[in-house]
Amino acid sequence: MTTLTPLRRFTFPILAECISPDNFTGKTCKEAGRLNVWEGNKEKKLSDLFKIAESEPETATITIQGDVSKVRRIGANMKTGAILINGNTGSHLGEEMRGGRIIVCGNVGGWAGSMMRNGVIEIHGDAGDYLGAPYRGSTQAMRGGEIVVHGNVGNEAGCHMKGGVIKVHGSAGQFIGFHMSDGTVYVEKDCQSRIGACMTSGKIIVGGVLESVLPTFTIDCIRPKVKVGDEEAVEGPFYVFLGDIVEEGDGKLYVRKEKNPHLSHFEKLL
Amino acid sequence: MELLLRNGFVYDPVNGVKGDRMDIAIKDGKIVDCVNESKAEVLDVTSMVVMPGGVDIHSHIAGSEVNTGRLIRPEDHFRDCERKTAVTRSGVGHSVPSTFTTGYRYARMGYTTVMNPSMSPLEAKHTHEELNDTPIIDKATYPLLGDWWFTLEYVKNGDLKGLARHVAWMINCTKGYAVKIVNPGGLEAWGFGNNVHSLDDQVPRFSTTPREIIRGLCKANQLLNLPHTIHVHTNNLGMPGNYVTALETMQCVEDLATDDKPVIHITHCQFSAFKGEDWRTFESGSEEIANYVNCHSHVTVDMGQVIFADTTTMTADGPFQYNLYRLTGHKWANHDVETETTAGIVPFRYRRKNYVHATQWAIGLELALLIRDPWKVFMTTDHPNAGPFTAYPRIIAWLMSKKAREATMKRINPHAARRGLLGSIDRELDFSEIAIATRAGQAKALGLRNKGHLGAGADADIAVYDVNPETTDPSREYRTVRKALRRAAYTIKGGQTVAKSGEIVASPDGSTFWLDVKTAEPAEVGEEMKAKFRDYWTVEYENYPVPEHYLSVSQPITVKAGV
Repeated sequence: MTTLTPLRRFTFPILAECISPDNFTGKTCKEAGRLNVWEGNKEKKLSDLFKIAESEPETATITIQGDVSKVRRIGANMKTGAILINGNTGSHLGEEMRGGRIIVCGNVGGWAGSMMRNGVIEIHGDAGDYLGAPYRGSTQAMRGGEIVVHGNVGNEAGCHMKGGVIKVHGSAGQFIGFHMSDGTVYVEKDCQSRIGACMTSGKIIVGGVLESVLPTFTIDCIRPKVKVGDEEAVEGPFYVFLGDIVEEGDGKLYVRKEKNPHLSHFEKLL
Repeated sequence: MELLLRNGFVYDPVNGVKGDRMDIAIKDGKIVDCVNESKAEVLDVTSMVVMPGGVDIHSHIAGSEVNTGRLIRPEDHFRDCERKTAVTRSGVGHSVPSTFTTGYRYARMGYTTVMNPSMSPLEAKHTHEELNDTPIIDKATYPLLGDWWFTLEYVKNGDLKGLARHVAWMINCTKGYAVKIVNPGGLEAWGFGNNVHSLDDQVPRFSTTPREIIRGLCKANQLLNLPHTIHVHTNNLGMPGNYVTALETMQCVEDLATDDKPVIHITHCQFSAFKGEDWRTFESGSEEIANYVNCHSHVTVDMGQVIFADTTTMTADGPFQYNLYRLTGHKWANHDVETETTAGIVPFRYRRKNYVHATQWAIGLELALLIRDPWKVFMTTDHPNAGPFTAYPRIIAWLMSKKAREATMKRINPHAARRGLLGSIDRELDFSEIAIATRAGQAKALGLRNKGHLGAGADADIAVYDVNPETTDPSREYRTVRKALRRAAYTIKGGQTVAKSGEIVASPDGSTFWLDVKTAEPAEVGEEMKAKFRDYWTVEYENYPVPEHYLSVSQPITVKAGV
């Protein structure tokens, strides 16, 4: 296990895709300290920014102690091992991640799990916008793996999503599952509007209050419960909407019936 | 400033030099017969290939269309960034690189002259601003005149001389180099949501036809003695069965040819060589096109070779881009340029395993290999429509080596590989033919007398590649050739070494060529036309022309017109 502690409070954005267990395996603290990072427009060594200590060298785990909210792309492209962060973290956490596990005890910036293929990201705090979304302009979003957020998330979580599961135990912003074509997004609490816009397939579940359903969704039925991922099921009952019709989509939107009496007028269309 | 390239294997097809060991002498930016060896800087290029600097006849590198492509594709920049160095600026972009990066990347591959093939006249100023910011390479741009309202009116009225004078005025006014025609008639129709589907369809509101537009502009082009022929993007581009339209387009100007000189250039011919009734019965029509081109001397074509990559399609052919958007469901930018033309942009990924894409890949190569005369078929990717220009070394490897083609064919859609002609073609181009297809032929077709050859008096634009043609067999060692072509050992532009081992060492400004067409009587810009500018354009007549001082390095070529 390697422990990284910030040597000072960072003011400039730092690009540190080298912080991943794949890069640290087989390296001593000194060697790991020679990995390149960018602080603002200056190229630096990892040891210029962090104190690096090693214990139990056989486990592929990196622990970061302290606030790294200016540090971006931690765990990018990681395939194995684990990263544990005790503090707030910057954007693009676990970008294009292919395996392993990232646990954050703190808040995370935007684009966490962007373009991820596999692995698990667990966030014991809030996540920013674009959770599991692709890079701006791209359609290559999250394709597999799991993201669990115990706090709230911002806008456009699961945008362009093509697979995997996002579970949010708090509330979510607007445009959840925008353009999604597969996978599952579960929001335990409330959700703002425009959910599932342009979705062609996949599943979005809202356990709390949903402000409104887009007019391009049509009610299909009422279901007593719904599966989230392979094992977990959530008890309902749920209104099931299909859409987005303008995209000729057959995505499913599940909205908890008891929390959303303002949607009861849809029942007469059944 | 004198420079001597010593002892290279020189390929200069215009002057009949085919791989002879020679010295090339340069003085004051021109190639000369000899220089004072004691004073000149000597570059030892023993066992390297020396060719004229590359010339690209068709590559979208500047203008509002390209810039919109940049704007809608941040993900294209994200994975391809270049840091600044002591001499270069930073830049981004894989399929639509930023202007400076475009210049550097061309120079790295030994290219020194690039033609920007599509400029809406209204956006000429923007295009020239971007060309000014594209360093090292010489460039020129073709205004789109095929759907321009005045062209359509002159064609409708049958006033050929008036049309010629008007074209001359437009070329002067936009600082253009050749007449570009895109989907003649179709773009005017697209302004109202329609298209034309054959050469004899009526263009709405103008009671003329695509055939009359092409013939009219071809005759005007001849009357004006323009150095390049008309540059045509055919009707029905990208639709199955369109090889018939391409053949009809070539046939429709057959009678206008005199003394074996080309009168029409069919650009990115791969997109116009589709056979079949729909996408399910889609197949290659390259054989029919190649047979026609082999039997006729009035036509030249360029490949528009597909590269299996993520790229950005952009053409002035609005209806085609709309179809592509419907096909892919990807993002789409559409533009109706007032009374002049249209434009569309759709990101696109060519996939090896897709039958249609794999067949398209084969069509480009089939055209280049089945057309026997390399002076008639030029290497392009219609950058960035079929792939980025940075893939040229890969295309050269496919053209020079059957083994390279077979290696790729193993990885493409098996149905496409079995059904196509490509597997049965044994032809392999040699360095001399490559020099024609990538520089000499293109310079000749463009009428650039000082480019594309290494005779005394030519511009000292030279590419040196670190590959020994005596010991390297491109047919087997295509990887070595490909690697050498990616990064030129030396690129010399105007007598100055600009790239060394693929690194940019100097970044001078390139020139912008334009035609100063001298007609016997100046084109009439009557009060009626000025009034129309006020009625139909967002730009006033007085602000419309691009003044010469707008071009940072202006190189006018004076043409004496026969009208």
